[in-house]
Order: sequence, then C-alpha cells, then structure tokens
Amino acid sequence: MGKCVFVTVGTTRFDQLIETIVQDSNVLQALVDCLHIDKLILQIGNSQMPSHDNISIPIEYYKYKDSIENDIQQADLVISHAGAGTILQTLEAHKPLLVVVNEKLMNNHQLEIAHEMEKQGYLFHCTCSTLATTLRKFVNHKFKQYEKGNPLLFGQYLNEIMS
Amino acid sequence: MNQKKTISTLIVLGSGGHTTEMFRLLSGTDLNVYKPRYYTIASTDTMSAKKMKEFEQNTLDDMNVSFINRSRHVGQSYFSSIFTTLWAFFTVIPLVYRIRPKLILINGPGTCIPIVIASLLLSLFFLIDRPKIVFVESICRVQSLSLSGKILQYLPVHILVQWPQLTEIYPKTQYIGRLV
Repeated sequence: MGKCVFVTVGTTRFDQLIETIVQDSNVLQALVDCLHIDKLILQIGNSQMPSHDNISIPIEYYKYKDSIENDIQQADLVISHAGAGTILQTLEAHKPLLVVVNEKLMNNHQLEIAHEMEKQGYLFHCTCSTLATTLRKFVNHKFKQYEKGNPLLFGQYLNEIMS
Repeated sequence: MNQKKTISTLIVLGSGGHTTEMFRLLSGTDLNVYKPRYYTIASTDTMSAKKMKEFEQNTLDDMNVSFINRSRHVGQSYFSSIFTTLWAFFTVIPLVYRIRPKLILINGPGTCIPIVIASLLLSLFFLIDRPKIVFVESICRVQSLSLSGKILQYLPVHILVQWPQLTEIYPKTQYIGRLV
C-alpha cells in the first residue's frame, strides 16, 4: 500500500507553499525517502500551479471542492495552511498534521492556534523555508490524540444562565 | 398541554470560520427550547446562508433570517468602518425591536457590536426586555481577544473563551471548556 500526502491551502492563495512542495528537491526527498510517500494530492485554491513535469511521484491537484473530508481521510500526512477550520478537521480525523505558516500575511492571528496546538503536542508547524527539515521530524513521531471540543457544554451553559 | 418554555434567540452569523464555529456551538443546544431562532447574515455572505440552510433544513418553522449590510469588510480601515458601523447600527434597531430576543448569540466580527448596542439601548428605554447576550471568542484566539471581544468586555455581555490562559488576562471572560 502506498502512502499519500494531502496539501491544502483553503480559500487563500499560498504560491510559496505549492512551489516549495512541487519544486524543492529537499522536500520531495524528505517525503519519499523518509516518509515513504508515493502520491501527492494538492488543493491549491487561488495559488498558481508551477510546472511539475520533473516530479517523480504521481500528483493530482484541484482548486476547490465542497468538502476536503475524503482527501483528509485518505491521506497519511496532511500539510496545511494555518486556517483553524482545516487544523481542527485534520486533528479530529487523527491524521498527522504539518501546518505551514504564511510569513507574507502580516498580523496573522491564526499563527496563534498553530503555535499553541504544537505546544500541546497535537501537530508540528513551520514555514516554507523549514518545511524539508520539519518533515523529517515526523519519522516515528507519535502525536497526542486530539479530543474534539464539546458543544454540549455550551448548551448547558445557556440553560444555566437562562433559567 | 404542558409545553416547555421557549426562548426566542437572535443569532448573528459572522462569516467563514465564525459561522462554522457558531453552528458547532448550536449543535450542543436544545433546539426545541431555543426557538424561534432569528439569524442575521451579511447580505454578501452566501456561505453563511448555505450553512444555515443545511443546519435548519428540518426545522424551517422555527427559524427566520434577515440579511443586513456588513459593518466592516476585511481590510477596511478602522476610520471608515466607524461610518459603516453607525449605518449598520441604525438598520438593526428596528430589527431587534421587532424580534425582541430573550437571548443573543454572537461570535464574530460583522454586525455583532451594532446589534449589542442597539439591544442595550432599546432595553435602556424600556422598549424591549433586556436580553441575555453571549459572545463566544473564536478558538483561533489563544493569546488575546479579538477586537469584538475587547469592546464587549465593557458591556453587560457574557464572554466565553476557548483557551484558559485568556481568563488570566481578561478577568471578565470565562472558560468552561473547549466548545468547538
């Protein structure tokens, strides 16, 4: 059975991430040699797709889908932008997650959640320039299992203040 | 007939991730108690309208929706947003007066501040009973409150945060667990 990595940028444009994945030979080497990945699926949103003729493993890409749930479920590793929605969706699916922070977005408070989730042991985060080295940390690494938030607590809280 | 008391609830949908979080929160509430549910959605926000239809597809009798102009677009300057916020404020006064919510749920940017101020003013002049207002800060906020959260600290609003460290910085906020 082959292993698959799913890269997702949400509704943003993140050219640098897509470029790094497709064109940085160190990244590809880390994926193939260290993590035994043999297929790439990319959700690129508004990003440009650079030329990828030289890449040695099968690659699929698309702009958007109504739901990326299937691609997350199929993946053995998810590489994501720092959007909270994607982070939560991937952690709830209990998939290994690498969050790549877009340094070009100033005042990006979404960085906070990536940083905190790493501190708690749920994921790793990095920038495009440290992507290859951070990928190597996934070898034999076990993340803490993420517990989904509990909206019932909110329902109980409302019942209390409204009674 | 012994029916449960219902609570008319005004739900302000922000946009994008805020709307996603709001429906996760609502999934933990008793929809037979918190009804009718009145949603407000920014007129340009098709994604929130779609999510609302999905969530309410079996309960259409218990809900209602109003589309209103957005008080602040992403990237808009704070200065010009003062005027659009004022405009939004005058458009939501008749809305809140008509709905007379007992509970207002907010979690995002957009029109939530004008709606809070409109409802507090209306109750100050005894035109409506003062509603309970609950603001839930986004799970994205780990180290500081959003602009909406910071403003709401100074108003009679219940503020829930989803990371415990925030309650140390902002004593008016409460942490009851991670909710979404």
